[in-house]
Amino acid sequence: MDSLLKKRTLSLAVLAGIFSLGLHAETTGKRVPTNIPQPEKGQYVHVPPTMDDLEKSSMHPELKRVIRRGRDLFVNTQQLRGKNVFNDMNCNSCHMGEGRLPFSAPVWPAAVVLPNYRPKNDHVNNLEERIAGCFSYSMNGTPPEYGSDNMVALATYHQWLAKGVPVYQSGKTMYGRGYPKLPEPAEGMSYERGKQVYQENCSICHAEDGSGLRQNGEVVFPPVWGDASYNWGAGITRNFTLSSFVKHNMPLGQPNSLTDQQSWDVAYYINSHERPQDPRYTGDVKETRKKYLETFHKHTNYGLEVNGKLLGDHENLGGEKDFLKPDVLRARTYTAD
Amino acid sequence: MRLKSQFITALTILLISITSAHGIEGDAKAGEQTASLCVACHQADGSGMNIPGGESWPRLAGLDARYLYKQLVDVQAGTRTSPTMMPFVNMLDEQQMKNVSLYYSQLEPTQAAGGEDATDRQLALGEKLATEGDWDRYIVPCSSCHGPGNLGAGEHFPAIAGQHAGYIAAQLRAWQSGKRDNDPQHLMLAIAERMNDEDINAVAKWLSLQPAKPAR
Repeated sequence: MDSLLKKRTLSLAVLAGIFSLGLHAETTGKRVPTNIPQPEKGQYVHVPPTMDDLEKSSMHPELKRVIRRGRDLFVNTQQLRGKNVFNDMNCNSCHMGEGRLPFSAPVWPAAVVLPNYRPKNDHVNNLEERIAGCFSYSMNGTPPEYGSDNMVALATYHQWLAKGVPVYQSGKTMYGRGYPKLPEPAEGMSYERGKQVYQENCSICHAEDGSGLRQNGEVVFPPVWGDASYNWGAGITRNFTLSSFVKHNMPLGQPNSLTDQQSWDVAYYINSHERPQDPRYTGDVKETRKKYLETFHKHTNYGLEVNGKLLGDHENLGGEKDFLKPDVLRARTYTAD
Repeated sequence: MRLKSQFITALTILLISITSAHGIEGDAKAGEQTASLCVACHQADGSGMNIPGGESWPRLAGLDARYLYKQLVDVQAGTRTSPTMMPFVNMLDEQQMKNVSLYYSQLEPTQAAGGEDATDRQLALGEKLATEGDWDRYIVPCSSCHGPGNLGAGEHFPAIAGQHAGYIAAQLRAWQSGKRDNDPQHLMLAIAERMNDEDINAVAKWLSLQPAKPAR
């Protein structure tokens, strides 16, 4: 009985997924199909609730208010500019569609697989510490304090998006989780080919010089390199991460339109430009690369020479930022004092 | 003599500063003359006209000069089909197209029409599509390209807030049918063809009711 119910839930969820994650038949036969991969057999499909669902729900009004606040911070993280955010990014820049979209690192899995061991910082992280990582690297800033209104609101929004998902199930079966790694590029990665892909597909929005576009004082298209972009410690500086983000999400509205090869090449091109220093910088880029090689930098161009320039060999923190490493990036031991 | 040459230098600097600010080398004053061809439809103040059941004429006042210029070039080249515009645009040379684009870009944006009869349901749907999108159907929010307040972003993404509802709806349908095809990288086409009639009517009406310029 229990397993029958579970099965039915799953197949209903799969059906709901097909009809509500941009996968429905209507997008096939179009001139610009979305070609979003279908769920594979055995994959867990979760359709996160929408803001309409929130309004209709019977949850406590105060909880609803905090979830709305979390969503507002998520889609407009620039409201924390100069306080927690020191670049032109929003959470929503990488976790598109309000953090709900499959293949755009939807954020609900974080709420059900954490706390967990994380190789990047070599200790067990909970949801707030995971969010703090995004602020430290992708937003080139420093997180709202643990337990603060803003941090609780963001975490609550994540948790609510995971409504109904079992905790600590195997993450590998989750449909559309993260940015699934593309097959290795058959022709390696090329700066020159990547440059061409960038100029033909990306520069109309992100500009030839990678600086993106601001209009009336607001960010429209985020910078993909340079002072106002993510720093050298952000997960998306890893070529496998950026290539998958590009493949599944770019150009905007045209997911899966570039080939795997084009996606690898353009990721390599973008990540061969300068950006703010990795907060874990030891004062020596080659030493820093070596220190975090296995868990991170073997996938980035940081500390490597590209076109005669040693990438990351600078003290540039990204313009407005006046600290290298937020205090929150510290080792944990979980041992008695 | 020397005074005269200084005056000319100063004037030249002034003119260059006016024109290059818009990324288009042109003369808005001369553009005003050329605009005499346009006023019958687009009106003297560039406000255009919403015409229910007919072909609405877009508001041009305050739109980006580079966007306007590209549209004129495309109409002349036949890559944007407009039987109404074609005979007029064919009379213009490249410099006149630049001048007139610059002229309209410098006019004060006017308010639009066509959304007056919108229902609450249409307004709610229109606002959602314009500001949040419907990602379940991969309809990205209008503002993700058309910028804050949908008031336009750069040279490629025109202001659509405060544009006539009839014009917006007609353009979205033209993309759907393939009649309009001149958007860079088909960024607009991709979204337009995922929209249904209800979406188009709602978003066109909602946008037409929005402020045509940023709040001061």
